[in-house]
Amino acid sequence: MQVEPESMRVAYGTTLAELGANHKDIVVLDADLSCSTQTQRFGDKFPNRFFNVGIAEQNMADVSAGLSIAGKIVFMSSFAVFLSRAYEQIRNAIAIQNLNVKIVATHGGISVGPDGGSHQMLEDFNLMRGLPNMKVFVPADARETAALTKALVNINGPCYMRVSRMSVLPIYSKKFKFDPFKADVLKRGKDVSLFASGLMVKEAMEAADMLKKEGINAEVINVHCLKPIDSKTLLNSARKTGAVVTSEEHSIYGGLGSATAEILAEHYPVPMIRIGVKDKFGQSGKPEELFKFYGLTAKDIYKAAKKVLKRKEGKK
Amino acid sequence: MARDIKELKNIAKRMRCHIIQMIGRAGSGHPGGSLSSVELLTALYFSELRINPKKPNWPERDRFVLSKGHAAPALYAALAMRGFFPVQELLTLRQLGSRLQGHPERDVKIGIEVSTGSLGHGFSQAVGIALAGKIDKKKYKVYVLLGDGECDEGIVWEAAMFASKYKLDNLIAIVDRNHFQLSGSTKSVMPLSPLAKKWGSFDWKVFEINGHNLNQILSTLEKAKKVKGKPVVIIANTVKGKGVSFMENTYEWHGKAPKGELLEKALEELGCK
Repeated sequence: MQVEPESMRVAYGTTLAELGANHKDIVVLDADLSCSTQTQRFGDKFPNRFFNVGIAEQNMADVSAGLSIAGKIVFMSSFAVFLSRAYEQIRNAIAIQNLNVKIVATHGGISVGPDGGSHQMLEDFNLMRGLPNMKVFVPADARETAALTKALVNINGPCYMRVSRMSVLPIYSKKFKFDPFKADVLKRGKDVSLFASGLMVKEAMEAADMLKKEGINAEVINVHCLKPIDSKTLLNSARKTGAVVTSEEHSIYGGLGSATAEILAEHYPVPMIRIGVKDKFGQSGKPEELFKFYGLTAKDIYKAAKKVLKRKEGKK
Repeated sequence: MARDIKELKNIAKRMRCHIIQMIGRAGSGHPGGSLSSVELLTALYFSELRINPKKPNWPERDRFVLSKGHAAPALYAALAMRGFFPVQELLTLRQLGSRLQGHPERDVKIGIEVSTGSLGHGFSQAVGIALAGKIDKKKYKVYVLLGDGECDEGIVWEAAMFASKYKLDNLIAIVDRNHFQLSGSTKSVMPLSPLAKKWGSFDWKVFEINGHNLNQILSTLEKAKKVKGKPVVIIANTVKGKGVSFMENTYEWHGKAPKGELLEKALEELGCK
């Protein structure tokens, strides 16, 4: 059977619209991008609980805070890059008061493609991880996006979830076990750990297949929750394999790579390489061209794994 | 909670004393913009707001948001005098572990509805609370006090557009128009005039009053509550540092605590001795 790419945005919008029926306290805000973020699906069903604030992300964040103070569960959406415009609102209204606002950012990373660097957010995990109270999620496919969207409703306090613009092949089957706060071991292995998030999970799986051909057993872990990060699962893997490669569609500063380095450095230092965008802004191009240009492909992960394994052996 | 004007004036006088005593004890704070808002807070907390200090969580209560969070001493004095917490606690202002932080931190038990301090946020959050009131068909009103300098912030105008789009007639904003901000007069830093016209052009119902005249404040609030179909803003012309001669009409006492002789002089002028 042919497997088709699925849209994470559609999964988000559809799930949100489903949730609206049973959760009367859900209110959704969007800043003139609801056709792109797919929150319009909620708006069509529940026009009285859907508000288009216009192109005004800062006001969207603080109005969301006010709604939450008054008892609502608020989902607010825009492109990841435009939400960073409201960072101070997210800090000083939403996070500092520990409010029940779910910030769902679409169009994260370089996979936004032709729109170019101004629209390709590569620093959002860094920004959001820095905020006390904030929980940070990044699903790997449309099915996980739906599961996470449902989970967000039941998580108290502020959350940030980033999804991609482009449709992606599913990682998960239609039914799968899911815990929002637990990193998901997709493939067991003993030689090297591949920690990946978002669209890079698929690349990490492919890298593991390439390594397998050379008799190297890679462990692949989908880290869909960057904060609070599941350090237990990551440390167990690092202890077992003694070598780690992280990969993410984000700057190498402040995201999964940084979080992993923090954990390993404090608890169990092992050789490690970070795959990510190396302190650069994005640019126009097709997503697959950009992944190649910035060194974010299965092949790059494969090469990094080989390198980190050498270091591990050198240590011995 | 009907009180006569004489009584309200006395409350305002005592509120000013608390403000200066608190800031004097803390050694830092914002006296100028606290003193200018005293009559507005007096009218709200001792006449206008439907609140109950014994039931601070009462879902139907009116909400007040101090968007100009640096006037926290005035808010704290009003809340303590209204019975939300002991008046003695006012002297813990700005101390480690105090509920009375340098800028308000949300704590509904003591009547602080929203954390503020960074300008523009309180107003926009008040708009959100008013929107929730509309969604839930609640009768409560949302009152929010802004500084005039605060109107430099772009989010104020984003929120102003939003509030009129959604016809939030349960929202009453008051601008403490004291004509000074941190580094100078509003005219020199960023001219706001014609401020009433600006708000009016954003489709708000605008009233302009003397913000130290309690009769005028109370009667305007009465009118404001009757407005249908649009949000209301009251531009309250005030005097920065009102009541302390050397603090009046200057930006120099925006964010500075009086010490020693000046502290004594301020308390004497206010009749706190």
